[in-house]
Amino acid sequence: MRKTVYTKSKGLTDIPTHYCPGCSHGIIHKLVAETLEEMDLLGNTVGVAPVGCAVLAYEYFNVDMVEAPHGRAPAVATGLIRALPDRTVFTYQGDGDLAAIGTAETVHAAARGENIVIIFVNNAIYGMTGGQVAPTSLIGQVTQTSPYGRKENHEGFPIRMCELLSTLNGVCYAERVAVNNVPAIKKAKKAIQKAFDNQVNKRGFSIVEVLSSCPTNWGMSPVDAMKWVDENMVPYYPLGCFKDKTAGKEA
Amino acid sequence: MGKGAERVLMKGNEALAEAAIQAGCRHFFGYPITPQTELSAYMSRQMPKVGGIYLQAESEIAAINMVLGAASAGLRVMTSSSSPGISLKTEGISYLAGSDLPCLIVDIMRAGPGLGGIQPAQGDYNQVTKAPGHGDFHILVFAPSSVQEMVDLVFLAFDRAEEYRVPAMILGDGLLGQMMEPLVFPERKEEGRKKPWATTGHQNSRPKNIVNSLYLKANLLEEKNRERQQRYEKIIENEQRSEEYLTEDAEIVVVAYGASARIARSAVNSAREKGIKAGLFRPITLWPYPKKALGALGEKVKQFLCVEMSMGQMVDDVKLSTSCKVPVAFFGRCGGIIPTPQEVLAEIEKLAGR
Repeated sequence: MRKTVYTKSKGLTDIPTHYCPGCSHGIIHKLVAETLEEMDLLGNTVGVAPVGCAVLAYEYFNVDMVEAPHGRAPAVATGLIRALPDRTVFTYQGDGDLAAIGTAETVHAAARGENIVIIFVNNAIYGMTGGQVAPTSLIGQVTQTSPYGRKENHEGFPIRMCELLSTLNGVCYAERVAVNNVPAIKKAKKAIQKAFDNQVNKRGFSIVEVLSSCPTNWGMSPVDAMKWVDENMVPYYPLGCFKDKTAGKEA
Repeated sequence: MGKGAERVLMKGNEALAEAAIQAGCRHFFGYPITPQTELSAYMSRQMPKVGGIYLQAESEIAAINMVLGAASAGLRVMTSSSSPGISLKTEGISYLAGSDLPCLIVDIMRAGPGLGGIQPAQGDYNQVTKAPGHGDFHILVFAPSSVQEMVDLVFLAFDRAEEYRVPAMILGDGLLGQMMEPLVFPERKEEGRKKPWATTGHQNSRPKNIVNSLYLKANLLEEKNRERQQRYEKIIENEQRSEEYLTEDAEIVVVAYGASARIARSAVNSAREKGIKAGLFRPITLWPYPKKALGALGEKVKQFLCVEMSMGQMVDDVKLSTSCKVPVAFFGRCGGIIPTPQEVLAEIEKLAGR
């Protein structure tokens, strides 16, 4: 007899995604969608898509979606949650969107303690536009626009957003996770669940930063890209919880 | 008599805010800038009393995007700013237009360019009527010339924005925003209309809604833009508004909007006292421009005189409305200087050969 061991989450539509082979967005989409479905939030949620690789996220999540201008997702989410305080509002943003052009919107939504969830996908590069240096690109990282490697005396230092945001009183929860192996994916799911649980219980601003791979623009195989996360990103972007008001953990 | 019939004395900026609240607006997002200050201050005092939200954003850009969020939820929402702030908001205005979202934006103009000055001006005309952001779109632009008209147009602007699913703007200036006049608030009307497109959560009972301005397939984007253009054509057909004063027998007609129109009206009265057949044409909508009425007037007058607090941004629209059949002279002051009735009268007299 056949037994169903896996079904796709109802939180995802049937539209095929445009993500490159080996990209981690698919895993992160799945974790968010499963969480919303398991918490019975699909009908009550409004998501905000960014500009960047995840720009078409509004097609993929099976919830009402708004597509925001580049970097403005936290401001759009602020308008939504102030208008609809009993809904679940989340943004899904990349590093260029959240930590460069939208830094002000991110920091101030956090400072106000807006009751939203931010899923922050950090792959240390601008993917959609073809691999330019990002606010989170590592020192020495070669990209299309840092062909000789990122230099601290030119592009400056990569920004650790979770650490930065966890200093703000408005932030309830800030955790960095990865999705490059099975135990990491399980931890990532728990963090995403916790963030949405905070939102439903109106505890304020939660951010989950997910270290993600970009084999296409990093110029390596998907397997090597997963290794690159561990070998290069994790040492600079340590995994773990930086702030959790529910556990009395302050920055 | 209901509350609607009470006569009250209010500043233009405060009257705009109160009118918006009475029109059912419960969400205001803004950023401090002179000379719209009293509007935001009024909202911050009154919104909590009516269960609404006043939120001061971290920037003009954030404020307009908060408007985008609340508008996506289908609610009446508003922001206000002044010229340099409007420049910053143009990105968001383009996205609002591209996403077919209604909202109200108030621009209490000050002198520019750059930081310019904080005195009244009308230098944003081209920006708001021709290119309020990147891409192919328009917004409704209403230009009141009294505090009463500011109030009346707030109700109309919300209503028409929702009817056509476009952003609407009230274009005032530092003079109108700061002055006090008696006014009567209209009787409260039924607020808003159904918004089946709003992103409020599908509650597992309807297909998901998407508020979006991205169309990667060129044919779909063209189709979308053409559909919007059809709405613009309806707006152009149905929403042109203007006022005429002493134009029946006029030979010289002053064309002016907003605060400039008040000054021009005094000058027209003085000209009439001197036996000059002068009149006033006052556009109330700047987009759509009242081409039909002005074009008809162009068939019978000898001379137009455009009076603005700018270097002549509206002149082209007057010429186009009349197919350049009638000469259009211009008199304007800028930098925050308000033209005097005497200056405008002198221009009328010059044109009359006096």
